[in-house]
Amino acid sequence: MAADYLDRLRREGRIVIVGASLAGLRAAETLRAEGFAGELTLIGDEPYEPYDRPPLSKSVLLGMASPLHTELPHRWEIDAKWRLGIPATGLDLAAKRVKLADGDEVPYDRLLIATGVRARPWPKEDEAGLSGVCLLRTREDAADLYQRLKAGPRRVFVIGAGFAGSEVASACRGMGIPVTVAERAGAPLVGALGGVVGAVAADLQTENGVDLRTHVTVTSLEGDPVGRVRAVHLSDESVVEADVVVVSLGSQRNTEWLTGSGLGAGPRGIACDAGCRAFDFRGIVTDDVFVAGDVARSPHALFGYQFLSLEHWGNAVAQAETAAHNMICHGADRRPHLWMPAFWSSMFGVNIKSVGVPPMGEQLMITQGSLAERRFVGVYGYKGRVIAAVSFDNTRWLEFYARQIEQGEPFPVEFPTMDRRPEGRQPVPADFPDPSLPTHGPTVTLTGYSPADQQLVFHPARH
Amino acid sequence: MTQAPLFRQITDFANRANPYPLYEELRKNPVLHEEEGGPYVFSSYYDIKALLHDPRVSSDAANLAAAGTDELARVEETGGLPPSFLRLDPPEHDRLRRIANSAFGPPHRPRRVENMRGSMTAIVEQLIDAFGDARQIDLVDQFAYPFPVTVICRLLGVPREDEPRFRAWVDPLVASLDPDTRQGADTEFSKAAQEARMQLGMYLAGLVEERAKEPRDDLLSDLVNSHGPEGAMTMMEVLSTAVLLLIAGHETTVNLITNGMLTLLRHPDILQRLRQDPELSVTIVEELLRYEPPVQIVPQRTCITDIEVRGVTIPKGSRLWLVLAAGNRDPERFKDPERFDPDRGDIQHLGFGSGIHSCFGAPLARLETQIALRELARRLENPRLVADPPPYRQNAVLRGPRHLEIAFDGLH
Repeated sequence: MAADYLDRLRREGRIVIVGASLAGLRAAETLRAEGFAGELTLIGDEPYEPYDRPPLSKSVLLGMASPLHTELPHRWEIDAKWRLGIPATGLDLAAKRVKLADGDEVPYDRLLIATGVRARPWPKEDEAGLSGVCLLRTREDAADLYQRLKAGPRRVFVIGAGFAGSEVASACRGMGIPVTVAERAGAPLVGALGGVVGAVAADLQTENGVDLRTHVTVTSLEGDPVGRVRAVHLSDESVVEADVVVVSLGSQRNTEWLTGSGLGAGPRGIACDAGCRAFDFRGIVTDDVFVAGDVARSPHALFGYQFLSLEHWGNAVAQAETAAHNMICHGADRRPHLWMPAFWSSMFGVNIKSVGVPPMGEQLMITQGSLAERRFVGVYGYKGRVIAAVSFDNTRWLEFYARQIEQGEPFPVEFPTMDRRPEGRQPVPADFPDPSLPTHGPTVTLTGYSPADQQLVFHPARH
Repeated sequence: MTQAPLFRQITDFANRANPYPLYEELRKNPVLHEEEGGPYVFSSYYDIKALLHDPRVSSDAANLAAAGTDELARVEETGGLPPSFLRLDPPEHDRLRRIANSAFGPPHRPRRVENMRGSMTAIVEQLIDAFGDARQIDLVDQFAYPFPVTVICRLLGVPREDEPRFRAWVDPLVASLDPDTRQGADTEFSKAAQEARMQLGMYLAGLVEERAKEPRDDLLSDLVNSHGPEGAMTMMEVLSTAVLLLIAGHETTVNLITNGMLTLLRHPDILQRLRQDPELSVTIVEELLRYEPPVQIVPQRTCITDIEVRGVTIPKGSRLWLVLAAGNRDPERFKDPERFDPDRGDIQHLGFGSGIHSCFGAPLARLETQIALRELARRLENPRLVADPPPYRQNAVLRGPRHLEIAFDGLH
């Protein structure tokens, strides 16, 4: 029976993918590559075919790449119906239909949700509407911001020193534009990498001429009589004049359209199992709705089965491939999404990359290079094991540390490495602002999996 | 008669033409240690990849010397120059490679290699035109060998009129690296190599001095005028980097082109497809780097502490051989690995190594070989092998034919 259904699905079924960006495209390609011959529909709220976002905050702002030419190359002919520029507005789980903004409804046999995230806007609407107040998420955002930077503003103000905000500041300095960055925490990148590494990022910014203000928040944006932004008011009562303000306050998950659908979707994303099958709000796994990319939250065996929601380029690709594979195969052939979290960034000429989940880290050791030289590898430890690593201009070693994480190697790191300095022999607190860590341990012991088959080995816990 | 240890069979010249059955044997015992004091030999794709990224594994010539040397790991004579970054660990390696990189690729010189496409094609055309009315050529001597030298001259900034002199020094120098010629080296031969090395060093030093005063748009100018956060290379460091680019870039490309043409002649259907679709050269070269990589083994590694691979403890100071060519045909990693198939989508080979020492000249080698194979396929009419297998070079590390006689009916 089940086999019959699957055969029919593969041959003539209808698969709908909501979200026509990186994850949606890669899922579509995987479906075709793995032999799905039925009807494939891609629904996207933007009027473009999928494009690549990482260049938007980097080479595009520097004028080295056109915002209109970051299309994602197709790896496979997908022969799909494209419904672009039309957002999905609702989902009827029982009737298996996706509702669109134009009133249309699209029926499916299996659905993949890959609606991703959007930039969190400045919360005060009137201030957010001032000319010169920008976000940076879409191709249009990037084109607009690039035009404004090219016009030679007197000063740019960036609200939030996460990766995107820091990259914008870097681009401004690269173009010789004065820039002020405001951050609520004590340093840039603190939420992602902790205070020790954040301090290095802070030095990097100030040495490159960024006016970095930490431990402050923006209280209001002030416009001129014709509706252009002209100044930023801060919680320390200082005022900074700026004609471009980039709001870089992280992102919001695109799940509102699922309100009332019965799916386990909310502000934190859509919960799914390790095989990318969505949970409904009762915690029951669905079998025809799958999730992938930034909007998904899935449990990861390497990290205490915590539900991880990762806004990483590589995660979108890997999760889309796994979801697509699982959508059209038998239960026993399904794969878990066991991707090693990894992301990279580049700012002020430095390449930053991390593997694992640094915010889970309690302690940090610099195992190669030195913080002072801003060329190093830092290893994060959690409950006596290696949980993450970060590199500044040392990317090529991270594969080794990824394996250390996979194998649950002990922390502190005792062994010598090339370029290990005395300062890196003792762990220090990683200094995350909010160290709320999970308290429960896993009931299976991770013994690593072969990269060839991406499978776990089950070992019952000892009592 | 007892069989020689597997790792010695690899270095045995008798197996040079087809070492792949030996590699298959190797993979049955992926952590092989056959002789007291001998190397630990690794042949699985994943193990090799891991070791190339392992910060406990050193490339430093000094560590290697302490571990005792073997035939393969011999440190080449540098003629009094400091070690190049190929033989250094971080942080020194990083400093030198970073400076070299800023002269060679993005972001500082984003199109340096790509901009050579036109001149590379012209050099290839001239070399093929020079085959003239011959109906048989030695691809190595008449094409695969002169091509990369000319390219590296243009890249470094050697003036065209000096190219013949330059080649006259490079040839004996490169020849002296081959253990085949070294073993039988009479004093006259080694004197000639020594002399060439000195002459080349003096010539490069002169050129570097000129470029320091009057920079041009070439690699030497950028190397000698680097003033990044890392500071500048010393004159001696510029020289050893230039010699590294010259030697490493040279020997490997010769073998890649020659192995490439040999493989294509053994797969006439693919040669035919390349003739019709020059774009296929891109994936052909990638698959070639998997299937017949010029660098077969990385023998210059030691570990600075005890490390564990597959439950085996490799003691500190052991010499490691990473058999890239065996990893490249590991069935655990590649489907149908013994088949030459440019259509396989997944060609993440070890041909250029991996990690911090991954081939610096890869973009150059790729483009050179793509153009060379594409043009050879286009212009040789009905090409065929005169001898299969062809005679091989002695070297087991940098493996390739010494000569490749090709017969053909004419030139297009």
